[in-house]
Amino acid sequence: MTTMKRKAPVPQRRHLGLAALLTLPLTLAACAGGSAEEAFEAEPGALQIYSSQHRDVTEAWAAAFTESTGIKTQVREGQDASMGHMIVEEGDASPADVFLTENSPAMTIVERAGLLAPVDEQTLGQLGEGLAPSSGRWTAIAARSTVLVYNTDEISEDELPSSIMDLADAEWAGRWGGAPGGADFQAIVAGMLSDRGEQETQAWLDALADNAEIYQNNIATMQAVNAGEVPVGIMYHYYWYRDQAGDKAGSASTKLHYFGNQDPGAFVSLSAGGVLASSDMAEEAQQFLAYITSPEGQQVLVDSGSMEYAVGTGVESDPALPPLDSLDAPPVDPFTLNSDDVVTLMTDAGIL
Amino acid sequence: MPASSRARGVAVAAALVAAVTLLPLLVVIPDALSAEPGEAARYLLRPRVGELLTHTGMLVAVTVPATVVVGVLAAWLVERSTLPWAGVWRTLLLAPLAVPAFVSAYAWVTVAPWLTGFWGAALVTTLAYFPFVFLPVAALLRALDPGDEEAARSLGLSPAAAVVRTVLPRLRPAVSGGALLVALHLLAEYGVLEMMRFQTFTTAIMQQYAVGFSDTTSSLLASVLLTLCLVALVLDLVARGRHRVARVGSGVQRRAVPAVLGAWTAPVLLFLSALVALSVAVPVATVVRWLLHALDAGDRLDLGLVQVTLSTLGLAVLGALAAVAAALPGAWLLNRHRSGLTLLLERTTFIASALPGVVVGLALVTLAVRWARPVYQTVGLLVVAYAILFLPRAMVSLRAGLAAAPPELSEAGRSLGLSGGATLVRVVLPLVAPSVLTALVLVALAVNTELTATLLLAPTGTDTLALAFWRQASELDYAAAAPYAAVMIILSVPLTMLLRRQILEER
Repeated sequence: MTTMKRKAPVPQRRHLGLAALLTLPLTLAACAGGSAEEAFEAEPGALQIYSSQHRDVTEAWAAAFTESTGIKTQVREGQDASMGHMIVEEGDASPADVFLTENSPAMTIVERAGLLAPVDEQTLGQLGEGLAPSSGRWTAIAARSTVLVYNTDEISEDELPSSIMDLADAEWAGRWGGAPGGADFQAIVAGMLSDRGEQETQAWLDALADNAEIYQNNIATMQAVNAGEVPVGIMYHYYWYRDQAGDKAGSASTKLHYFGNQDPGAFVSLSAGGVLASSDMAEEAQQFLAYITSPEGQQVLVDSGSMEYAVGTGVESDPALPPLDSLDAPPVDPFTLNSDDVVTLMTDAGIL
Repeated sequence: MPASSRARGVAVAAALVAAVTLLPLLVVIPDALSAEPGEAARYLLRPRVGELLTHTGMLVAVTVPATVVVGVLAAWLVERSTLPWAGVWRTLLLAPLAVPAFVSAYAWVTVAPWLTGFWGAALVTTLAYFPFVFLPVAALLRALDPGDEEAARSLGLSPAAAVVRTVLPRLRPAVSGGALLVALHLLAEYGVLEMMRFQTFTTAIMQQYAVGFSDTTSSLLASVLLTLCLVALVLDLVARGRHRVARVGSGVQRRAVPAVLGAWTAPVLLFLSALVALSVAVPVATVVRWLLHALDAGDRLDLGLVQVTLSTLGLAVLGALAAVAAALPGAWLLNRHRSGLTLLLERTTFIASALPGVVVGLALVTLAVRWARPVYQTVGLLVVAYAILFLPRAMVSLRAGLAAAPPELSEAGRSLGLSGGATLVRVVLPLVAPSVLTALVLVALAVNTELTATLLLAPTGTDTLALAFWRQASELDYAAAAPYAAVMIILSVPLTMLLRRQILEER
């Protein structure tokens, strides 16, 4: 660095231009310095929210919470399992006060490490039955349903499989898609594992590895089905409803098929919220969780246009969605879902 | 040469830098070794790991030679032939450096959705990375004394044979340095390959990170990647050779007589036009198209973009200064006190850079959480990560610059009564200034587009253009991603212009 400074007195003229050019980015940075310096530090006194939920939803909640309570918030974004494991790695000294997930297995990772504080009774009271684990260490904050998206030009409704398990059959080889690398899909498999056991799940995953088209995420799966690359794909419902509410560019030629019938393919995944036991803003963190599960907070979720299901009592999900209790989901205990076991099975199948 | 105290000081500094760059290995290797041997073998000797190895190998085997051929040919045409509008071509051929590789991939995915998998990946990486070869080769061609080539001609060699016998061997350090950079980039590339749906070790490591943060399996995969990096480094050492390129003599060096293209002019122009169209025009046009789309849709551009741009700029400058400062001692030692030890120090600094950003990021998270809590999630730690990841970029340019400032000149300065410091200021720095600048620019360009280390290490609330772009692009919201891509390109243009100027300055 010191050598750098000493290069100023360059004698030849042709280097003067160079020196001027060199200082350009430095000057720019100096101008940016004031605000950049602030941007590069976590805001003191702000509630630290680690979130793997969608950015739009998290920020809508955070902004509404700050407006309602005056408590500042700061959001760190991540992905489900990696963020859960990251909090475990950070341990007792984690900067996080609150953790929000897309799917509950990520929260279970943190719960098993003993890092969650009990959720306030009052908060738990704002939710319907079966939306918080018996441990009371976290709570559902939203829900999403598994669906089969299909291209109406490529396949008719009566040709669709009656169970998600049927996709493992030879007749479906090369004709279905999904995004097994993502936490969403892994939650679905965790539900399947809990419902059908290891042997059946492993066989299904082997078929997936051999026969299915692999996409990066739900949206890519939906667009591939829409483009006719594969006739059907596994995804969560809300990406489709969001696209339908917008320009339909990724879903115009598709419809959704709900398996129902307590099929593993009708799995409903809970998004979770929890407070870190190590939080130095425990009271505010509890307040945040209470807020987002309150009718007001759940309305923020609905109004955000994310098309996820509201889980708090007294709030209706978006009218475009079939009611949550009509989906006939499989009898899976969402509080024992184990994403690590799923990863092992997927590794054995050669997907990971 | 007896080690002076100054050399010893520099050696200590270089050793410290090397030690810092090895920090990620301190986490990765013990972690990989902690796996039970049977378990590790079972994990690594699976068909899927074989597939990842094949994919990674195929990509390196195709893209590296392709970038070398394209880069050397283009450099020779621009610098040593009667190519019309050579100055314009010089600019256009460097322009791909201003387009982040994953932006290029995003463009290709939307223009030609069918172009995925291996050939898509090979095409996009070749187009994005050939300037890494073009740049040093063009600079060297300008600097190279044409005397040898003329002597060869006067001894009866044909023009082509003279180039092959005298010019190409001299280009070895530049070609092999460029090829090494391309290979290391390919090993660690994530964005392009994820978009092209082509899985390599690095995309698999990202997947492991997604499901398990930093578990043993990702360390095992990273260890394989490390081994591949070591192979690349050794190959480079063999290919580099030990030719001296600096010229010391009386008088001013003459410009080389350009080779007459004649009837080849038209096909050559066609070739270069196609190259520029594919590598620059396609991505830029696509970004503009989506940008217009976004503007049509209204209120996409907001203050957030300005804030994100400022943080990106700030990080780029800090990262560039850190990487260049860290590379200086090693580069100087290597030039002035070349020995087995200094060579080892230099090669060491390359190792961690072949690791993907996610591995370096996770390792620094682990170290900071366990041993250096106060630096966790600070910009300081992020800058250290940038220095570790992008040191080779700085090293390659600094070495080229120091090679152009041979020790004889410093010695002459000293013998004329200058002090050590004055020699540095009046003799060495003017000669190496352009390469320092190149180094800064190359690192800043890389920081501008870094994804995963930034995601892991940045202080909460810090957002960058690359992160924002990636967030939107991975939701396939191309219109929302376009403004960030556009700013990344705009920021990179002046930096690329600086690089062009440097080739012109190099004599």
